[in-house]
Amino acid sequence: MQVPSHVEYERPATLAAALMLLANGEGEARPLAGGHSLIPMMKLRLARPELLVDINGLTELAYIRQDGDQLAIGALTRHAALLESALVYEHYPIFRDAETVIADPIVRNWGTVGGSLCQADPSEDLSAAFAAAKATVVITSQQGKRTVTARELHVGPYETVVGAGELLTEVRLPIPARTGSAYEKVERRVGDWSIVAVGAVLTLSADGATVEQVGIGLTAVGAEQFYAPEAEAYLRGKPATEEHFARAAAIAAEHTSPVSDQRGPADYKRHLAAELTVRALRHAASRARGEA
Amino acid sequence: MRITVNVNGTDYTRDVEPRLLLIHFIRDELSLTGSHWGCDTSNCGACTVWLDSTPIKSCTALAVMADGREVRTVEGLEGAELDPVQQGFMECHGLQCGFCTPGMMMTSRWLLDKNPDPSEHEIREAISGQICRCTGYENIVRSVRWAAEHPATTEVTAS
Repeated sequence: MQVPSHVEYERPATLAAALMLLANGEGEARPLAGGHSLIPMMKLRLARPELLVDINGLTELAYIRQDGDQLAIGALTRHAALLESALVYEHYPIFRDAETVIADPIVRNWGTVGGSLCQADPSEDLSAAFAAAKATVVITSQQGKRTVTARELHVGPYETVVGAGELLTEVRLPIPARTGSAYEKVERRVGDWSIVAVGAVLTLSADGATVEQVGIGLTAVGAEQFYAPEAEAYLRGKPATEEHFARAAAIAAEHTSPVSDQRGPADYKRHLAAELTVRALRHAASRARGEA
Repeated sequence: MRITVNVNGTDYTRDVEPRLLLIHFIRDELSLTGSHWGCDTSNCGACTVWLDSTPIKSCTALAVMADGREVRTVEGLEGAELDPVQQGFMECHGLQCGFCTPGMMMTSRWLLDKNPDPSEHEIREAISGQICRCTGYENIVRSVRWAAEHPATTEVTAS
């Protein structure tokens, strides 16, 4: 029987009250949303917060909306809502691709976008998808708001720049034109963590021939910030062809550092990283051209 | 801490520790042992109950999180007669050992409420977070299809 150790619990009614509780907790207070990462970690004593601040009542943090030339996604947005959002799909099909293969429908009902990002699990899918999309995240505390890029959010496995007294409250995505995106994941069985997964976001020139901007996100292969800077630098400005996708994928794979574990040996994962990068780029390009 | 949770239409008030998991609250405090406590890691889905109309895995939620909210367990499926999902599992031999059954039924009821005529693929997708240790999936899918083809004549509600 797995039971967390003793903990105190508060369910604030407002964001201001939640931020006060987190600030007063001086690092021993943890926000609790879906709890699908935090509660298992508490059962295993890998996390031992003194106070849980249940933010599930803060429904003002559960939204997906267009805000000027950006999409804004509240931190309390459930995976299921991100999966089903027509607005997100219109601009970023990568998130429907990814959400379809994150855990299972029941877990997706309760797990949240903010929680997934802040857990910073090195095999987590949304971290790679948001890194590929060059998202920014809004971090709120009693002192106000600050914004960091999704690529700066993670500082290592299970570690983010979100400090004591702070709460990740929103994720923002640019809405570029002529852009397609896709997510490709290989897993051992339905609902499992990735063996490897890759997301790609491509902005093409008006004639669809040239890569103007590119984001490549990877998970489960040791990329600490969940993206592939060398492959992106190579592909930017190049023709959007199979040959260049293959070269970019090889560069991305070269720079990964997967570990051999129960999900497979490192060389297999490196092979997957290259193959899935090609597939994600190919699919993103065809979506950018309006083909699929 | 004192909490009041509405379970299957009845308010229950109990003093609980914040660390008490919802599945243990339901089974041990309320003696509603229809929901099963399985893997403890949100993988198997035997503990699935509804929290305010959405199925969740109650081994990975705290009882205090349900304070002031509504929980529906497998005991709350039955109205004046069996829910079509329950009848379907009986008609089509949808259970062998029965361990996964409460989770399967709660998820199936949720699926049919959203999608009254699901395809076999949609059923399999919906129950992909429930593991049947007897591997009796064929009959479970048939049972859900049976329920889809025999909807209740009166609305079955949570309370």
